[in-house]
Amino acid sequence: MTVRTEGPAGLVVVRPGPLTTVQDLGRRGVAHLGVPRAGAVDEPALRAANRLVGNDPGAAALETTLGGVAVRALRPLLVAVAGAPAPVRVDGRPAPWGAQVAVPAGAVLDVGAATAGVRAYLAVAGGIAVPPVLGSRSADLLSGLGPAPLAVGDRLPVGPRPPHRPTPELVPLPAPPTVLVLRLRLGPHADWFAPDSVARLARDTYRAAPASNRIALRTDGPPLLRARDGELPSEGMVLGAVQVPPDGRPVVFLADHPTTGGYPVVGVVPRADLAAAAQTRPGTPVRFTVLPGTPLPAGPG
Amino acid sequence: MTTGGPAGDGAARRGPAGEGPAGEGPAAGTVVRTVGEHALLVELPDPAGVTALYGWLRARQSAGELPTVEEIVPAARTVLLDGVTDAPALARLLRTARPDPAAATAGPLVEVPTVYDGADLAEVAGLWGVPPEEAVRIHSAPEYVVAFCGFAPGFGYLTGLPARYEVPRRATPRSAVPAGSVALAGPYTGVYPRSSPGGWQLLGRTALPLWDTTRTPAALLAPGTRIRFTPVRGAAS
Repeated sequence: MTVRTEGPAGLVVVRPGPLTTVQDLGRRGVAHLGVPRAGAVDEPALRAANRLVGNDPGAAALETTLGGVAVRALRPLLVAVAGAPAPVRVDGRPAPWGAQVAVPAGAVLDVGAATAGVRAYLAVAGGIAVPPVLGSRSADLLSGLGPAPLAVGDRLPVGPRPPHRPTPELVPLPAPPTVLVLRLRLGPHADWFAPDSVARLARDTYRAAPASNRIALRTDGPPLLRARDGELPSEGMVLGAVQVPPDGRPVVFLADHPTTGGYPVVGVVPRADLAAAAQTRPGTPVRFTVLPGTPLPAGPG
Repeated sequence: MTTGGPAGDGAARRGPAGEGPAGEGPAAGTVVRTVGEHALLVELPDPAGVTALYGWLRARQSAGELPTVEEIVPAARTVLLDGVTDAPALARLLRTARPDPAAATAGPLVEVPTVYDGADLAEVAGLWGVPPEEAVRIHSAPEYVVAFCGFAPGFGYLTGLPARYEVPRRATPRSAVPAGSVALAGPYTGVYPRSSPGGWQLLGRTALPLWDTTRTPAALLAPGTRIRFTPVRGAAS
């Protein structure tokens, strides 16, 4: 059992599910030290869950993966679940998803398996108050920073009730995709690939691969063919970068992506499309809509 | 300034002839590319140019003269600017950049006491054609600089060893390299901040904690930090 306290413990983990982590908006401004950003993979869902309980939108919450989580309240808690739809129960009695739920002291809040999508966010009024590491409470599964994935018996501190008035209604968010459509802004290394192969990227259908995780959405499908050989010297990577390893299958970088990488990036998926990627189950069809790169203004030298 | 690069890639290339008065603007061969909607990638002709531009950008940022940039990430031949809200303004500023190569050697100096008893010391000495004691002297002679970080939090890619001493990675990576290992591969030296898999050649070890999230700063090595490896005797490991 791990005891992590900054303040008094607010809840104890009864069933951690397949993978539940503490997430906020991640670490910013430290990529030059080799520190990934981490943070909620579906950021709009995290923000929505936090608003429902009156937290700052970026407060730390629990991010579940497919199988949900169950926690026992050690004092009365106000919670909300958003993101992937899932059955919510308090001591076995059905409770609403996407709305405030009052959990009495001693009661068990159970977020069941997601009925669609992948990641549900359980926000608790006051936020999960584990000590921040480099400005964030997020678990970074690539480099092992922040709190480890939850285990049975973990006691988590919950911060003081926020002063904000909770938003009574869930901000409407798109349903998890049955077909994931990702816009792809070409560059910086689209020229490393055969032009007809890049053109086919827009026509072919890929599928979300089972190896997808918080680091990346991996895809199965027709390999992108390289127009040039050789290796790229390591360079900085951005959220949404679509890196193409030697097997030619595009990999879409998500929250825990490495700060630098050595495979060419064919294009970048706009951030607005990444929440849907975060809720895409393995096997789901993935289509890319190819956009031209953003031109830089030519100006006087 | 010509707009060039691959079609649709949004690259702006400074002509090799260099427009404008000599000594102004970035070095010839510098290319600025857009990366999605919030980032610019500056490609430099050589690693020294990366360190110089990184130093210039940090100085501008400290002086409040840089448009909003969330991350400035140097790498082998590039500097990534991410979390950019006004890419055109930043691209214009980059055109006026006059990085001073001398500023690249002005970072803080960290001394790394090193016990040179690594598992690959004899093999590296063999590759260099010298006895192990001489290999230690060769490796501890230069002043290194952190060119960039990556691989793991606090892992710096250190340049400074003359190119003739480059060695390949090990054919088979080790599944666990102990924390504090001082290692070598290609043009770089590095110190493993914690135990991890690794394929670099192990020369020795240091007890200096390179990464400690309870300390400020957490990372002892940041881009631009200068390093000296000081040979010390150590207890048998």
